[in-house]
Amino acid sequence: MLTATNLECVRGGHVLFTDLNFSVKSGELLQIHGPNGSGKTSLLRMLCGLTQPNTGKITWNDSNIRSLGEQYYSSLTYLGHMIGIKDDLTAIENLSISCALAGLEVDNKMALDALQQIGLKGRENLLARVLSQGQRRRVSLARLLLVKTKLWILDEPLTALDVTAIKLIKEKLEWFLAQGGMVILTTHQDIDISAAAIHHLHLN
Amino acid sequence: MLAMRRQADVLITLFFFIIVVSLFPLGVGPEMNILRAIAPGVLWVAALLASMLSLGRLFSIDYMDGTLEQLLISPSPLFLLVLGKMVSHWLVSGLPLVLMAPILGIQYDLSMEALSVLTLSLLIGTPILSLIGAIGAALTLGVRGGGVLVSLLVLPLYIPILIFGAGAVEASAAGLGYDAHFSLLGAFLLVSLVFAPWAAAASLRISME
Repeated sequence: MLTATNLECVRGGHVLFTDLNFSVKSGELLQIHGPNGSGKTSLLRMLCGLTQPNTGKITWNDSNIRSLGEQYYSSLTYLGHMIGIKDDLTAIENLSISCALAGLEVDNKMALDALQQIGLKGRENLLARVLSQGQRRRVSLARLLLVKTKLWILDEPLTALDVTAIKLIKEKLEWFLAQGGMVILTTHQDIDISAAAIHHLHLN
Repeated sequence: MLAMRRQADVLITLFFFIIVVSLFPLGVGPEMNILRAIAPGVLWVAALLASMLSLGRLFSIDYMDGTLEQLLISPSPLFLLVLGKMVSHWLVSGLPLVLMAPILGIQYDLSMEALSVLTLSLLIGTPILSLIGAIGAALTLGVRGGGVLVSLLVLPLYIPILIFGAGAVEASAAGLGYDAHFSLLGAFLLVSLVFAPWAAAASLRISME
């Protein structure tokens, strides 16, 4: 369970949010809404432990994520704004490296399968620089098909995706939630994902 | 995980080194004694600058495309990943210089012995450059004009390595013992091998806040 208590975020002398409290349990989805610049990405980065909250604390199964460190990171998958795709590597190399960084041994076949599932059949060995924006996004999302983490934090995962890809991701998220996973995501698009419980958090 | 990139940077670094080193004989003139005297210094300074050339890119590309965030939240210890980056930086920008140095040294009419000492001193010295340089690169991440700042930050720290590296070659050319220089360089290498990854990892965390 991920719990946030009394979070406050200050960016450039500006208070983005204060006294933020929420918790996400197994099988639950937390969707964060808010206009541009309302601190959605800042909040997600905080939840990943990339930035320190100005006040308040974030706990994972009742221990502070700061003290958990790598133990927390091994149960977390974060897909940020910047998708971490290298132009000079092929789709499959990108996927294998991002999995390796996440501490996951992936053989060629698993990676190929994941890319095909996400709709990149026949593009596995193309350099990422020749892929379109949506295809690059798909490469980064392919990691979700392979990881075995409990908590997914997704920052605008649906940007640049077409309708079929959005449907695919939606199904994948529903499957993951049904398995007892936790998802925190921001999106401007309306998607109806069925989950045990869906929380909405509005920042403004 | 070490071979995280294919770099055309290798060639840039290498050619920079070759050109700078080759310019000196052309500028100074073909006076053998002078050339022989300045050779260790010139080769070492050129190596310093060449290895610094690619420092700015060490973390900044990863910072820009988001890979760095993934590095920071990777379940493997960050200092090991950073050490991997340092080793790969050395492989692409240090090792080629070491291999090239003896050939360039011939231009300066260095003796066989001096050439081998030069190569060995670069072999011990250039990893230290990558290790210390990475700390600077991590600290200046996301800062405007970071490239210049790295040089100002890191070059003073390179001074001891320059002194003992070039000193070893001079000592051997003068027929003196150079064991002490090598011991000190080796000591620098060990110390920076222990502390640099840790320091660079901490700097990365700070830069990403």
